[in-house]
Amino acid sequence: MNVLRRKAPGLLAWFAGVVFFLPIAWMALTSFHSESDAATNPPSFAAALTLDGYREFFGVDGGASPWPALINSTVASLASTLLVLLLAFPAAYALSIRPVRKWTDVLFFFLSTKMLPVVAGLLPIYLFARNAGLLDNIWLLVVLYTSMNLPIAVWMMQSFLAEVPVAVIEAAQLDGARLPTVLARVVAPIAAPGIAATALICFIFSWNELLFARVLTGVVAETAPVFLTGFITSQGLFLAKVCAASLVISLPVLAAGFAAQDKLVQGLSLGAVK
Amino acid sequence: MTATTTAPRAATPVRTEGRPNARLRAWATRAPLLPALAFMITVTQLPFVATLVISFFDWNSLYPDARSFAGLANYGEVLTDPDLRRSVWTTVLLTVAVVLASLVLGLLLALLLDRRFRGRGLVRTLLIAPFLVVPVAAALLWKHVLYNPEYGLFNGLLHYVGGPQPDWISETPLLAVEASLVWQWTPFMMLILLAGLQSRDHQQIEAARVDGASDWQIFRHLTLPHLRRYLELGALLGSIYIVQNFDAVFTITSGGLGTANLPYTVYQTFYQAHENGLASAAGVLVVIGSIIIATFALRVVSSLFREEAGRS
Repeated sequence: MNVLRRKAPGLLAWFAGVVFFLPIAWMALTSFHSESDAATNPPSFAAALTLDGYREFFGVDGGASPWPALINSTVASLASTLLVLLLAFPAAYALSIRPVRKWTDVLFFFLSTKMLPVVAGLLPIYLFARNAGLLDNIWLLVVLYTSMNLPIAVWMMQSFLAEVPVAVIEAAQLDGARLPTVLARVVAPIAAPGIAATALICFIFSWNELLFARVLTGVVAETAPVFLTGFITSQGLFLAKVCAASLVISLPVLAAGFAAQDKLVQGLSLGAVK
Repeated sequence: MTATTTAPRAATPVRTEGRPNARLRAWATRAPLLPALAFMITVTQLPFVATLVISFFDWNSLYPDARSFAGLANYGEVLTDPDLRRSVWTTVLLTVAVVLASLVLGLLLALLLDRRFRGRGLVRTLLIAPFLVVPVAAALLWKHVLYNPEYGLFNGLLHYVGGPQPDWISETPLLAVEASLVWQWTPFMMLILLAGLQSRDHQQIEAARVDGASDWQIFRHLTLPHLRRYLELGALLGSIYIVQNFDAVFTITSGGLGTANLPYTVYQTFYQAHENGLASAAGVLVVIGSIIIATFALRVVSSLFREEAGRS
């Protein structure tokens, strides 16, 4: 009885973990089934495995290739993450190591912009892009994703930079090092794990974004989530292909998320929870 | 974490030859902040001002010459149009249901994960995974792979026990969207609440246990009050993200069957119906709703923030 009482929470946690993971496991299994095995009722758990779903998705035997969309997403996510870090790092410095007056007010201004819904600015941005000839241009998304992630990055980095010992910075300054040098050579290496986590979280949000990409891109700058919306209406037997597509496009996010697991909460709660 | 995590140090004097005047020094301190600040103001605040202006115009982009000042007419139309009013209500229902359900589930999971057991790290990873599926991919997974009435996994499993074979999305469209979102957002709530549980004062709990307090008493009188702010934070951040949800509604039901929420409606009003003025008015209303939630959210974040800063 005592053993059961002691083991029960662990067993329950395992059960919950399996239930929550089941849809993903099923998606992975289905992606390796043939289309006819994928669409059976009752489900075929032990059907033969094949890579046909992946061949279909990658357009090996004709059909739209996902590569342009994957490349667009990679460019948009990496470029915006880089831009976010370049803007957020000095800002976080001015909010933690050498704080400006009223630094908390500035910090909360950044946070408040995150609470402005995307739809609030979508129409003017669309009209601006149309008039400026920037529709269907991946660099417009880079700028927008940067604005989407900058508040999160500033909050996260502010808390990471505050952990850098002040004595180290003072020593460098006494040696005559100038600010950019101090930031690059002294502060950045110490805060590296935090900066990496910040980058991973910004990457995830950019990679996932749909609304801006859907409205502002077309055939040229289409991103991976927009490519996925092509699967919204059923096209006969296509479950294995949908599963392969969903899994491949989610892989970068799953990898980044697991890599940043320990700092995930801090990023998602905008630095409020450590 | 100690106070150093968030509390900035007092500004250290910079050694320079001669004394530059104070104003110059203040600007030198501010300089690293300015690019980020200027960027945010340009990209997020200006468009919103434009939205506000457009919301006062009668402007359909298919008839660009017929643009005229309309005062508050767009707001009147948004608030009286049955479809738009319905989408306001849908947004509220969707947000409240998803936030509450994922908060309760997240709390249960966090309580389970707070204990030691074999494979805890792996279970945590399994539980986080749904949050790390691209939202459109998650919505496709639910729509085609789980909900499909003919060969979806749910009906497949029901088949084994001789259960009914419902058409999930047609019969309960809003619930179908909500379930997929709860699946994705429960891990988020769990992570925040787990962080809250792990920051409890364990000596206090031990002392209560020694004094003969039961598990339930400890939970009710020590854990829950401590978690209150984490619950609030989870609820508010969850609300901010889910009020804006577009991906799930767009993918699972394409806004049909009474599931169109405000972001979807705004998208449709200007992207398909080209009613710029009307869409802007609806957008401004979303903002007003968000500001109400955000005011509370900022207060909670700020109190946690000060607590961390003051814990030295």
